[in-house]
Amino acid sequence: MNYFPDEVLEHVFDFITSHKDRNSVSLVCKSWYKIERCSRQRVFIGNCYSISPERLIARFPGLKSLTLKGKPHFADFNLVPHDWGGFVYPWIKALAKSRIGLEELRLKRMVVSDESLELLSKSFVNFKSLVLVSCEGFTTDGLAAIAANCRFLRELDLQENEVDDHRGHWLSCFPESCTSLISLNFACLRGEVNLGALERLVSRSPNLKSLRLNRAVPLDTLQKLLMRAPQLVDLGIGSYVHDPFSEVYNKLKIAIQRCKSIRSLSGFLEVAPHCMSAIYPIFGNLTFLNLSYAPGLHGNKLMKLIQHCRKLQRLWILDCIGDKGLGVVALTCKELQELRVFPSDPFGAGNAAVTEEGLVLVSAGCPKLNSLLYFCQQMTNAALITVAKNCPNFIRFRLCILDPIKPDPVTNQPLDEGFGAIVQSCKGLKRLSLSGLLTDQVFLYIGMYAEQLEMLSIAFAADSDKGMLYVLNGCKKLRKLEIRDCPFGDAALLEDVGKYETMRSLWMSSCEVTLGGCKSVAEKMPSLNVEIIDECEQMEFNLDDKQKVDKMYLYRTLVGHRKDAPEYVLIL
Amino acid sequence: MAFEKDLNLDATELRLGLPGSSDESAKNQTPATLRSNNKRALPEESMSSNATASKNCDQETAPLPKAQVVGWPPIRSYRKNNLQPKKSEGEISGIYVKVSMDGAPYLRKIDLKVFKGYPELLKALEEMFKFKAGEYSEREGYNGSEFVPTYEDKDGDWMLAGDVPWEMFTNSCKKLKIMKGSEARGLGCV
Repeated sequence: MNYFPDEVLEHVFDFITSHKDRNSVSLVCKSWYKIERCSRQRVFIGNCYSISPERLIARFPGLKSLTLKGKPHFADFNLVPHDWGGFVYPWIKALAKSRIGLEELRLKRMVVSDESLELLSKSFVNFKSLVLVSCEGFTTDGLAAIAANCRFLRELDLQENEVDDHRGHWLSCFPESCTSLISLNFACLRGEVNLGALERLVSRSPNLKSLRLNRAVPLDTLQKLLMRAPQLVDLGIGSYVHDPFSEVYNKLKIAIQRCKSIRSLSGFLEVAPHCMSAIYPIFGNLTFLNLSYAPGLHGNKLMKLIQHCRKLQRLWILDCIGDKGLGVVALTCKELQELRVFPSDPFGAGNAAVTEEGLVLVSAGCPKLNSLLYFCQQMTNAALITVAKNCPNFIRFRLCILDPIKPDPVTNQPLDEGFGAIVQSCKGLKRLSLSGLLTDQVFLYIGMYAEQLEMLSIAFAADSDKGMLYVLNGCKKLRKLEIRDCPFGDAALLEDVGKYETMRSLWMSSCEVTLGGCKSVAEKMPSLNVEIIDECEQMEFNLDDKQKVDKMYLYRTLVGHRKDAPEYVLIL
Repeated sequence: MAFEKDLNLDATELRLGLPGSSDESAKNQTPATLRSNNKRALPEESMSSNATASKNCDQETAPLPKAQVVGWPPIRSYRKNNLQPKKSEGEISGIYVKVSMDGAPYLRKIDLKVFKGYPELLKALEEMFKFKAGEYSEREGYNGSEFVPTYEDKDGDWMLAGDVPWEMFTNSCKKLKIMKGSEARGLGCV
């Protein structure tokens, strides 16, 4: 029953932008489904193997922006072999054949070949935006194709990709007629770039708001670029090494003074710490500061810098900031919402690094804190309980103690109570990563209290199947569960297989699940792909059901077994 | 057993468990995975030879930091590959200078970074060359000593070691020379 003509409903739906809401809208009735699907422009696919490009195209003919994620999250940590999957080519090929007017493509953890980039660049006249995060498989030749062929390109954003750099010329491939750039991020490229071409490109891009340079761009060029782009909002500095008494330094000071709009700063891939004063003027306005690739900045110099950042909302830093430095953050950054502290020496003797003290200080000083990624030397229950009290608004809480089974060093107890306090206090918690010595008890707490939890990462924890069961039974909104090195076996895996259909995926590696258990899940749930990743190829010789499975990845899908799995992946 | 501890079999044992998981403290609460032995050992998860260096930590809670578990700590490979450790930025590389002494047949080389100040440096030089430098005073230098520490600075001038602040000295010292007190007499007087 529709009281409104379709056009009116469509107009109303225009205001509904979140994917979740639009998905809900499409379920109301057949006519809403139809109107919604025809008007949908942005689609997010969290697992590229859950659906096929053909079905996507059939349902959303008006598609303009597509986000795709490929490999499971643990692929970031070398737990998934390189050629496991996540190839974007079939998607681009299918979209190119169709009448879809693709304008934006955002990919995460996917394999992107130069061939796909070339096809992409030639197939969509209005293509505007390419964002690649943690992808691999392409070289600067692919980027050259994008630069050369996408006439209305607005955004080329490369974040933390492994790119084979053939050096230099790709930047020169942007034609003189390309003046539409708003965002250019090539910080992850290792090779030289044509500096002259870069300067000319920036000069003819009046809308350029975001520019992140790589290590090969020297200070001299930076200064020239800033003079040409004083309207920048987001800046990533490549190399910041120079003589404080030089002409270049003075020119830089002048250029920086003109950049009144910079709110986000990152990079410093090479840095001479005694020369930071030239850029002090911009620190006072920053809302995002990322120094996580700048180990050269630490100690007093770093603290002096932080003291300028009164408006900071997001800070990404290395642990060489130390607890003392975090104290300075707590005193200065009252607007802080997100803190990420990365390890500067992950396998080292633990001389740098932060402890529970730094975290407690920040939690006390920054009441708006809601997102945390914290790599630390140690953690105590008392500290976590304090943090939970100080900051009940956590949405993301990811704690990584460098020694993954370290107990509370003061009491020698597991960290169950501490994490328990976090989940009990932070009623809106959506993402949680645990570490330290943990028993089944912490999972009891998580199952009881973490009602909004969507993603949980567990490593080297628990005593028995009970741990996993508490979570599966308790966390109704769970979408992604990733587990490594825990004593969870078939009993836990098989308790409620229907649950996995309500989730995006489950990863279990180095646990106690057997081949037989996995087969059982696959049999009972045809809507799941149950993949066994067996690099040592033991499965080939010994298909004994009682054999333990090293890596299992299961996910819900509407399109059955994928056809592009390598030999060592067994899909049950 | 005593001799087993000496042989440090634990540290060199190939296993899936984490470094330090044989801790006393963790023994009562070790997760089942670390106790179980029925998994095949993956090639990557072995103790590196560096682990034997911390053999004294067996009974303590300190982890064996050099041994590596695959995928831990959970940092993106990109970050691991691109984070230049402080060492490569020259922070921890030494400042090596030649040290000569009047009458000694050959020179030595020392790392100035190793010392925190003049007293330590002098002590080391005294031990190395078997001499006594005596007390330093601003007015009279190393008065009454048979030998005196001097250095050549960036400008090529020979200076008495001890006059300028330590940091300034380490930044400007090109080489050290332990001169005979009699030859150095001119330096101490202002």
